[in-house]
Amino acid sequence: MTPGDTRPDPRPPAIGPEQVRHVARLARLRLSDEELARFTGQLAAVLDYAAELAELDVEGLEPMAHPLPLRNVLRSDEPRPPLRRDEVLEQAPAVEDGCFCVPRILSGEG
Amino acid sequence: MSPTALELAAAVRTAERSARDAVAASIEAIAAGDGAIHAFVEVLADRALARAEQIDAAVAAGSDPGPLAGVPVALKDNLCTRGVPTTCASRILGTWCPPYDATVVERLERAGAVVVGKTNMDEFAMGSSTENSCFGPTRNPRDHARVPGGSSGGSAAAVAAGFVPLALGSDTGGSIRQPAAFCGVVGVKPTYGLVSRYGLVAFASSLDQIGPFAATVADAAAALAAIAGHDERDSTSLSDPVPELAAAVGRGVLGRRIGVVKELVDGVDRPVAARAREAAEAMAAAGATVEEVSIPQLRYGLAAYYLLAPAEASSNLARFDGVRYGLRVDAPDASAMNVATRTEGFGAEVKRRIMLGTYALSAGYYDAYYARAQRVRTLVAQGFGRAFATFDALLGATTPTTAFALGERTENPLAMYLSDTCTVPASLAGIPAISVPFGADPAGLPVGVQVMAPALGESTLFAVAGALERAAPPERRP
Repeated sequence: MTPGDTRPDPRPPAIGPEQVRHVARLARLRLSDEELARFTGQLAAVLDYAAELAELDVEGLEPMAHPLPLRNVLRSDEPRPPLRRDEVLEQAPAVEDGCFCVPRILSGEG
Repeated sequence: MSPTALELAAAVRTAERSARDAVAASIEAIAAGDGAIHAFVEVLADRALARAEQIDAAVAAGSDPGPLAGVPVALKDNLCTRGVPTTCASRILGTWCPPYDATVVERLERAGAVVVGKTNMDEFAMGSSTENSCFGPTRNPRDHARVPGGSSGGSAAAVAAGFVPLALGSDTGGSIRQPAAFCGVVGVKPTYGLVSRYGLVAFASSLDQIGPFAATVADAAAALAAIAGHDERDSTSLSDPVPELAAAVGRGVLGRRIGVVKELVDGVDRPVAARAREAAEAMAAAGATVEEVSIPQLRYGLAAYYLLAPAEASSNLARFDGVRYGLRVDAPDASAMNVATRTEGFGAEVKRRIMLGTYALSAGYYDAYYARAQRVRTLVAQGFGRAFATFDALLGATTPTTAFALGERTENPLAMYLSDTCTVPASLAGIPAISVPFGADPAGLPVGVQVMAPALGESTLFAVAGALERAAPPERRP
């Protein structure tokens, strides 16, 4: 942008440690201080590269979520053999009475 | 020189050679040579030999075990194999044994192929060097100090080292074509939807496709023919007829219009660009009409890809929560258990992609990143569409460089991502693409030339690839 240009900068703001910490929490990941610093730098570099997309005029273009123009794909609603329950449960870390078992859902203070 | 898959299958079907002998030879080659390469994370010797004996029994009984009878194949370890660990090279899947086979595994076995092992990869297929593996890296068989490419580096290396004539990989942004180019083998990313993704552990569902590696174009065509076609267990698999593959390989390019994509030649390292231009000249000499074409939108493909693929990954990988399969790290409550499991189970690159994708999808950034990248994806597809109005096929480099050194890019994710710049555009558009070995750089490292065709244009793709293979300079194996 030239000086005196009053158009808003279309580039999104740079990512910082606070946002990385927030995103890690959303993604159910815990970061050490060292990881936080390293990931912040690396993600900022990738996002800075991706910011070049801001220079393109995409007005009026349809977003493309998928290469195929698929509509609903249906099949006849007929029962068929599912995966074997015992084989599936065999792979779980903890099982009780034919169900997946997890630690308590509510934490102490909740 | 080891026999091709088609030669081997012909010998097995006529009882000239037993499947057991062919499979035993593959297992012996792996035992002797894979210590230095580390292409495999698991070798299934007993299972493979038992299966080979069944094939020999079928031949003896007068029945035909199929077009790939007795051919040893390797599978990337993100393809589900019933009762056999499928790890995605991640600690989080641990010793998970899927309760079902991927459709491609069923189809390969139905065609008579014998699975001899599972191959190393970048964790969850995220990477371009096979260094992001919880099992440690794979080395390039052509130069052990260099990476084989990725993420399907184990499968590419297994074929390049002569351990197996065929292997399957998955390609999301170049994970078949880039390692094929680095290792000097053929690698195919089919049209999105041509091959069922049922039983492929998902990375980015709108981009992932399974495809073959082979030493020859004809073998790659035979492998693709065995796995292609509609599967009702994958609702995104196409119900269109499978294009003619095997017959296309020898058809030649007389009268074909081939566009040399400026953006996939000009920006790459000089020796790679030189081989791509020689390949274009060879196609003209073989009777094609060859012209340069510029598709300026392609230069934005990589940036769009590194927002879209991580966004889809962040959603797909939410399923790894320590509840139903794989690793669980104990904690006092379920939420803390989720966090502890994911923190310990995922490697650094997977964490980076999950966070990148979560960020691109998060409130306040969705429009600037994800929605904009989706519109740029439309631009890339439109760019290809315009080029295919004039050309039957497009040609360019597969990679911007030849194989780089182990460790060279591990601390710089963006530098690693840039090695996908030539392969990502076809992935975004969902069109088929193939990498064919075409000569080497001055250091003797293989160079791959990439051919792209319109959706379901695999017949054209294989016709051009076959012509390139016949025109390629003779191999100078060290």
